[in-house]
Amino acid sequence: MTMDRRKFLKLTALATSLGIAGKPIYNIIANDTPNNLKKRYALVINIEKMLAKPEILDKCIKACKKAHNIPDIPNKKKEIKWIWKEQFKHAFLEQENEHIPESLKLSPVLLLCNHCDNPPCVSVCPTQATWKRNEDGIVMMDWHRCIGCRYCMAACPYGSRSFNFMNPRLHLKEINSNFPTRTKGVVEKCTLCDERIAEGKLPACVEVCCNDEIIFGDLNDPNSKIRKVLSKTYSIRRKPELGTQPEIYYIV
Amino acid sequence: MYNGGKITIAIIIFIIIFTSPIWTNWLNPQKAHKPEIVLPKDYKECIAETDYMKAYHMDLLNEWRDLVVRKNIRYLQKDGKPFLINGKKAEMSLTKTCLNCHNDKQNFCDQCHNYLDVSPYCWDCHVDKFNPLDVEQCPKRIKLEVNVEQNQEAKQ
Repeated sequence: MTMDRRKFLKLTALATSLGIAGKPIYNIIANDTPNNLKKRYALVINIEKMLAKPEILDKCIKACKKAHNIPDIPNKKKEIKWIWKEQFKHAFLEQENEHIPESLKLSPVLLLCNHCDNPPCVSVCPTQATWKRNEDGIVMMDWHRCIGCRYCMAACPYGSRSFNFMNPRLHLKEINSNFPTRTKGVVEKCTLCDERIAEGKLPACVEVCCNDEIIFGDLNDPNSKIRKVLSKTYSIRRKPELGTQPEIYYIV
Repeated sequence: MYNGGKITIAIIIFIIIFTSPIWTNWLNPQKAHKPEIVLPKDYKECIAETDYMKAYHMDLLNEWRDLVVRKNIRYLQKDGKPFLINGKKAEMSLTKTCLNCHNDKQNFCDQCHNYLDVSPYCWDCHVDKFNPLDVEQCPKRIKLEVNVEQNQEAKQ
């Protein structure tokens, strides 16, 4: 086969441009946020079971506060929330069914960081103080690196992040010395008890639920309890329409 | 030189005042407070050599911080094996490992830090578990010193 110089140059230019632009274009076309993590930790919160034993909600919150030195700040504008209670109708705004049981509408639901697959807080963080862990999908925080710009608080659609407007130690009655407190000017949130998971323990809120009110597990393991529960019962998530892929599931 | 005598006297007075800190110290020697470190009695072995720890403990702690928080590697390894202290795997943790042996922060950490006038912000968040008074108060250095005084008063 013979080829003149002009044709040869054209072909070379085409190959080069494909080489440069090919991968990004492929990424745009094939962007369905593939879950390529080794593990994908998630929680299933059974609202029905929780309502049967309403004291369990406070028990979970208390366990978390104790494990992570979370201060009790009475001022609502400055409070620190990792896991907290909210009425169903406020927690699930997108559930527009008007005629659901009235009791459910007003009943409290436990809310926490959703450890999204596609976390908006991570994309906006200028210092990578928050990031999604490659090994298990937990949205982690590095309080050493947080500069307190609060972009993540603006980005999070679930209100899962709190800013320390004051020294949290002033509002702590007792301190768990195995876990640090935070300092003024830092944002904090639930880390799905990464420090407990590393020791092979369950998250603090899950541990106090003896009756499977909250189930913790790996979604990438088809034989895990969490997958079995999710495949048996219909579950809902908070604001799934935003595309953040929240990983806290609620069974109503 | 006009007014030579007066100028000379003034210069001498100036030099005397200017150098007064030096010669008052010669006349009345007071030794600067040297750090007095209390080493743990029950433990003999540290995770690294003393000279290395003296010079580089802050770098080591930074390294640990990144390994634990960002890479989720929690236990200290040496030569590919977990490092043991008293038969237990040593965690890369300021409170759980360092403070376990060096349980007297005021007579260990603070001694040199105060002498060199450095205020590491580790303790803004990490808890000195053996000194609850520090914990209740703001962790700023000035407040810590107030605490030390309160402690001493309480002991007396």
